[in-house]
Amino acid sequence: MTFFLEQLIIGLSSGGIYAIMAMALVMIYKSTGHVNLAQGEMAVFSTFIAWTLVQMGVPIWPAILLTVAVSFAGGIVIERIVVRPFADADDLVIVAVFVGLFLGVHSLAGAIWNYEVKPFPSAFSDGSISLMADLSIRAHTLGSLIATGAVLTAVWFFFRYTRLGLALRATADNRESSRLTGINVSFMLALGWGLAAGIGAVAGVLIAPVTFLDPGMGLAPLIFALAGALLGGITSPFGAALGGVMVGVLEAMISAYVPYGIEFREMIALLLILSVLLVKPAGLFGELVTRRV
Amino acid sequence: MTHALELQNVTASYGHGAILHGIDLTVPAGGVTALLGANGAGKTTTLRAICGMIETRGDVRLFGESITGKTPEAIARMGVAHVPDGRGTFTGLTVIDNLRLGAFTAKKRRNFQRTLDQVFGYFPRLKERTGQHAGTLSGGEQQMLAIGRALMSEPRLILLDEPSIGLAPVIVKQLFEILGQIARDAGVSMLLVEQNSNLALKLASNAALLEVGNLVARGSAEELSRNQEIARAYLGDVTAEGTAA
Repeated sequence: MTFFLEQLIIGLSSGGIYAIMAMALVMIYKSTGHVNLAQGEMAVFSTFIAWTLVQMGVPIWPAILLTVAVSFAGGIVIERIVVRPFADADDLVIVAVFVGLFLGVHSLAGAIWNYEVKPFPSAFSDGSISLMADLSIRAHTLGSLIATGAVLTAVWFFFRYTRLGLALRATADNRESSRLTGINVSFMLALGWGLAAGIGAVAGVLIAPVTFLDPGMGLAPLIFALAGALLGGITSPFGAALGGVMVGVLEAMISAYVPYGIEFREMIALLLILSVLLVKPAGLFGELVTRRV
Repeated sequence: MTHALELQNVTASYGHGAILHGIDLTVPAGGVTALLGANGAGKTTTLRAICGMIETRGDVRLFGESITGKTPEAIARMGVAHVPDGRGTFTGLTVIDNLRLGAFTAKKRRNFQRTLDQVFGYFPRLKERTGQHAGTLSGGEQQMLAIGRALMSEPRLILLDEPSIGLAPVIVKQLFEILGQIARDAGVSMLLVEQNSNLALKLASNAALLEVGNLVARGSAEELSRNQEIARAYLGDVTAEGTAA
C-alpha cells in the first residue's frame, strides 16, 4: 500500500509538470492551430538560463523568477520574429517553422552550454520528507507537486477572472470578432506565446533536478505533455492539464507494476491514450461544443 | 450638423479588384439609415470598409473625425459597434462572457451593470442563458446576443449587417421592434444593411441604394420606398411585397 502511495505521489508530481507543459501547448495550439513542437526545447533553454544564473551565484528562487520573466519576453520575441511572418501560410509551412524552431533552439542551447549532462539544484530542499512510518518522499517531488498546483490555479484564475484572460480566450475563439470589440489581437497572440514560454520555464526548472539538465532533456516531457493534451482535449486548457496529470500517474504505475515497464512506458502510455482517442476523438474533456447551424 | 458617419468617394478592395467604386454616404446622428441593394452590391463591403477591415481609400468620417486607415480595434474603441454578417458571436464562450467582451472598450467600466440590465431588458431571453455557450443558442438568440454585445460597448454608431438573415419571420418581426425601440431610447445612430427592403424601410428614416459598388439613390426612407423604378430594378417589387405584408 505504501509502495502504491509512493508511486502515486511520484506520478502526480511528474504529471503536474506534464500538465503545465500541456497547458502551454494548448495556449499556442489555440492561436496557431498547431502543436508547438519546440515547447520542450524552449523549456530546456529557459532552464539553462536558470542554471547559468545559479552558477553566477544567484539564489535559486530569484533565478527561477528571473528566468520566467526572461522566457516570457523570449516567447513574445519568437512569436514576432519566427511565427508572425508565417501567420497566413499553409499548414505544412507552419509545421516546418515549428520543426525549424525546435532544431534552432536545441542547437543554440547545445552551442552555448554544450551537451554535457549537468546537475540542476532543486528549488526545494534536497532531502526527504517522511509522510508515514515507512513512506518518505523526496522534498523536491512534493514541492514540485505543490508548485504545479499553484501554477495551474493561477493560470485558471487568470483566464477565468481577468480582463486580459477574457481577451485571450476571445482571441482564441474568434479573431475577427475580437478585433471588432476593440481587442488588440496582435498583442494577444504575442502574449499567448509569452505565457506559454513562461510557464514552460517553470516546467523546465521543476523537471531538471530529476532528469538532470542537457539539451535533449525536453523531448520526453514534450511527448508525455502532448499525450496528456490529446487525452484531455487539446482545445481545453484544463482538460489538457488533467490529461497531463493522468499521463504522469500512468507513467509511474506502468514503471512500477508492469514487467519491463520502465523500458516501454512511453509506448504503453501512448497505446492506452490512442485507444481512448479512438472512442473520444476530441479527448476526454475536449470541447466538442454542440453548434446549431 | 455633424453626421454620425460620412463617406466621401470611398473605394474598397480585397487585394485584387475594387468592390466599392467611390461611394458617398451619410448617416445622420441619432437615426436609422438603411443601406439597401441586391446580393453582391457591396453592402457588407461598405460596412467592412467603415470598420477598417479591408483596404479603403477615400474619406470616412465618424462624427467629423477621419477614421480612414485606422485599425478595426481603434475604430471599435472610437465607438463603432459592428454586428457582422453571421453574427460573429464567440461561440465557445458563455453568453455573459460575450457581453463582457462587448463592454471591453466601454469608456466607463462602472456603467457595466446598468448597461447589462438594459440589454437584459431588451432581450430577457439572454438573461436566462447567461451561463450557456453562445454556440448552443438558437439563431434568433445569437442575433440578440450579437446586438446585446454591441450595446454593451455603449456605442455612438451601430453597424448591423443583415440581422434578419436566416431567422423565422416571427422572430424577425420581434427583433426589428426591439431595434426600433433601441434607436428611440438610446439615441444611438444605426446603419442597417438589409436585403429585405420592406423591413428596413419601415425601421429607417433614411436610406441609400447600392448597385454593384456604386451608390445609385439616396433620400428619406419614404422617398425610397415610393421610388418604384429603382425598387423594381434592384429590390424586386416592393409594392407587391408591401401589400402582401
